[in-house]
Amino acid sequence: MDVTPMIEVHRLTKRYAGRTALADISFSVARGEIVGLLGDNGAGKSTTMRILAGFMPATSGTARVAGYDVFHHSKEVRRRIGYMPENNPLHNEMRVREYLKFRARLKGLNRTATRERLDVVLEQCSLTDVRKRIIGQLSKGYRQRVGLADALIHEPDLIILDEPTIGLDPHQIRLVRQLIKNLAGSHTVLISSHILHEVEMTCSRVMIMLRGRILASDTPENLQRLVAGRGQIVAEIAAPPEELKLEWARMGEVEHYEVAPAEGVFQRCALTARAGFDLRPQIFALVQARGWQLRELTRSRHSLEDIYMQVTKPNEEEEF
Amino acid sequence: MRVYLTLTRRELATYFVSLTGYVTIAAVALLCGLSFWVMLRTMGTMPFQVPVTELFFQNPMFWFILLIANAVITMRLFAQEKYSGTYETLMTTPVGDLQVVAAKFTAAWLFYMIMWLPFLGCCYLIQHYAQQAGALDPGVLLGTYLGIGLFGAFFISFGACASALTVNQMVAAMLSMLLGMAVFALGYVAGPGFVSGPWRNQVLSRFCFFEQMREFAHGVIDTRTVVVLLSLAFLFLFLTLRVVESRRWK
Repeated sequence: MDVTPMIEVHRLTKRYAGRTALADISFSVARGEIVGLLGDNGAGKSTTMRILAGFMPATSGTARVAGYDVFHHSKEVRRRIGYMPENNPLHNEMRVREYLKFRARLKGLNRTATRERLDVVLEQCSLTDVRKRIIGQLSKGYRQRVGLADALIHEPDLIILDEPTIGLDPHQIRLVRQLIKNLAGSHTVLISSHILHEVEMTCSRVMIMLRGRILASDTPENLQRLVAGRGQIVAEIAAPPEELKLEWARMGEVEHYEVAPAEGVFQRCALTARAGFDLRPQIFALVQARGWQLRELTRSRHSLEDIYMQVTKPNEEEEF
Repeated sequence: MRVYLTLTRRELATYFVSLTGYVTIAAVALLCGLSFWVMLRTMGTMPFQVPVTELFFQNPMFWFILLIANAVITMRLFAQEKYSGTYETLMTTPVGDLQVVAAKFTAAWLFYMIMWLPFLGCCYLIQHYAQQAGALDPGVLLGTYLGIGLFGAFFISFGACASALTVNQMVAAMLSMLLGMAVFALGYVAGPGFVSGPWRNQVLSRFCFFEQMREFAHGVIDTRTVVVLLSLAFLFLFLTLRVVESRRWK
């Protein structure tokens, strides 16, 4: 198996007139990975993708896809990528099958291969029922799937999707997300999003971008661990609040606690542990020893939103 | 080659899936018909010695059609794709810039030639009712269509260039109309004596398009005109290619 990384970006910088869109970023993506680019609007996600797709050159630095330089061997790179730009532009006057056939031919597939691949992607993207419909008359969810089918039609090594679920309803988002997840292993996928939950659900690795820089790059789990020290344990216990407060104060690993009444005799305790401690076994042991009733014991996971806020915060403070 | 043909076919089909194509053809048919009607009226009042086609091209209607239709045909070539974003999906497939420019030009030119088919109908009517074997010489007709094709190639090439320069179709149309009129006006700067004057005048005389089209319509094919028109078309196509490539300039 080829071990060269699918994407190698080295000190990539892109400046538009008077504005730096990408500032000296470097990263690499291994084959078969699903990587999410996460960032606000204007963070440099689309610029990175456009450079990788060979649509525009970088001001400095190099980017390679499957070992080919995106600038010097642009055609070789474009042969190996399936790219869906932001807002998914399509030829609205064409029919789904006709459009995909046209795109397959542009991507160099011969007649036989086109026919074979058409059936596969129409099936894969659940478009078989609408294959004869005019694209302009399709719902946004279907249009998005047409864009995905287009990106997949020539079986590219790398699939680049710029905001693939933007503007879709929750049901459609789930469908598209599942489709992307199914690509894992056989394809390398680079997705951008400003919705944190989305990359968390689909990606094996997340890169957080802010103002043209990559602030963090890791698995969603590792990024979770980054802020795990501040993780909260929630326990709902039927016990007198004073006694609970006394116990939490006595427990050395608890840094901070709050006790609030829940329904009936239950008290809702929100506990913050000292870094690295998992309080759950101790809480369970305590409840058992005191003969109290326990109906909930959970560790609240940090959403990527928390991680994103934490990672981006120091930089913002530096600047202001 | 396969990609070029695929692109050309699609570009040509675009004219026929939207109303633009049909409206353009209908407008040209109407203008041709009007011009033809004016010509028939003239023919009914006095005898004439020139071929029917030449008589047709003495009417400024042809230039009117060429200026307007060229802008309408070419304005969408690049500008619309850039505006709708499909330009990005097109240019990130493994197609060459030259293939894209050549395909768009070919499709626009083919549509332009299709647009001139109603004129053929007018010629047929003349031949049918004139009841004279020599009323319409095939050589004259060939010359006329060669002239139409060559002028069309030149006008479409700079129309394509204008469209590649902008994302706004209206701007592209105005640019190409402006350029068309400027080039056409050049012909009026050159007088009849310019052909044998100093080199500057000789160059200017090559832009007497009105005169040259009459020659074509007379069945006379002047290779100098053919070379000039083809060179200009290639020049503008080259410029279009450079504009398309400029996206990748650092």
